Amino acid sequence: MTSLLDLASIVAIAAGAVFYLAGTVGLLRFPDAYTRLHALTKADNLGMALVVLGLLPQAGGLLAALKLVLVWLLVMLSSAAVSQLIARSARRRDAVQ
Amino acid sequence: MTPVVSLVVALLLLALAVWSVVVRDAFLAVAGFVAYGLLLSLVWVRLFGLDVALTEAAIGGGLTGALLLGAVARLRGTESKAWAERSGIVLRTVAKALALGVTAVLVLCVLALPEPAPTLAPQVAANMDATGVGNPITGVLLAFRSLDTMLEAIVLVIALIGIWSLSPEGVWGGRPGLRHHADPDGVLAYLARLLPPIGIVVGLYVFWAGADHPGGKFQGATILAAMWLLVQMAGLADAPRTDSRWLRAGVVAGPLLFIVVGLLGLWTAGAFLGYPPQWAKPMIIAIEVGLLPTLVLVLALLLNGVPARSGR
Repeated sequence: MTSLLDLASIVAIAAGAVFYLAGTVGLLRFPDAYTRLHALTKADNLGMALVVLGLLPQAGGLLAALKLVLVWLLVMLSSAAVSQLIARSARRRDAVQ
Repeated sequence: MTPVVSLVVALLLLALAVWSVVVRDAFLAVAGFVAYGLLLSLVWVRLFGLDVALTEAAIGGGLTGALLLGAVARLRGTESKAWAERSGIVLRTVAKALALGVTAVLVLCVLALPEPAPTLAPQVAANMDATGVGNPITGVLLAFRSLDTMLEAIVLVIALIGIWSLSPEGVWGGRPGLRHHADPDGVLAYLARLLPPIGIVVGLYVFWAGADHPGGKFQGATILAAMWLLVQMAGLADAPRTDSRWLRAGVVAGPLLFIVVGLLGLWTAGAFLGYPPQWAKPMIIAIEVGLLPTLVLVLALLLNGVPARSGR
């Protein structure tokens, strides 16, 4: 049972790392602020979700697992809000130019 | 595997440090510095210095980064002029020689350190019971070396007075910075309504956990100050008037309480900042609780900056 859970953790965290890698490649390669934000936020949210999912069986307790989920929710909240703010300021700058 | 990860992190850290010194654009340098701070806190985690890691992430990366970003915004107008300047060959040679000299002395000092390094850790571990707290870092900061912590708190207040004294004629005691305006139904206002309740709980938890686990008043105060600043940035509350009585009383309350406890120690335990036996933990908690509001106020006001408008 534990080895099965470990395997699930490895698969989920590895998949999460792939999303992070894809998001970083997008951040470096995409042409403008909007597409970069698109790559970054989508990939980061999913990547973070998968990493947290993978860590849940390893957390060693319900409380620690709940804290991990809370961290994930907070990261989602802040990255969603911040990406909106960056996109808005980028649009304002484009309108000026 | 682990040495490889350590090596990669150390090389990244060095590269980021060099980059944020060498890069000419001030904004990029600050961005590099913030990333450097976050990476450095990872290094502290790897060295099992969780308290230092928390402080580095909150104050080194977060708060200092925000302060530097404010400085960059102020320097924007003169930055291109500063780029055009090129100092004379003599000045550059002297600067290079000085920098190399300081580096050489530092390298020699590190190489000359005795092996094993001198440590007071066994004495701290042997006397931790007397303090009543479980986290040795808190024990050192508030019992064995509490004089340092007291001076730190006083230095912060002096720094704040320094910033306030830069205020232009006629607005001394006014509100710092510009009034922030944001769409009251927008994303920022939404975040500033949703996040502070969670942030306040987390900040107080980090503060309270400091007695027995990594955490403490500085890290907790940074989180609480950040929540206050978020509410200000979203335009939901204005920055406080710097001549308000309660504000100034709050700014000096923590260091004053520290000094009073210190003087009490002179009387009850025979030394400045000494705690009478059995009373160590209540005294430490009193200082921590007294310092927290002061630190929140001072850290937020440091970021608010120079009083700039009368705000009446």
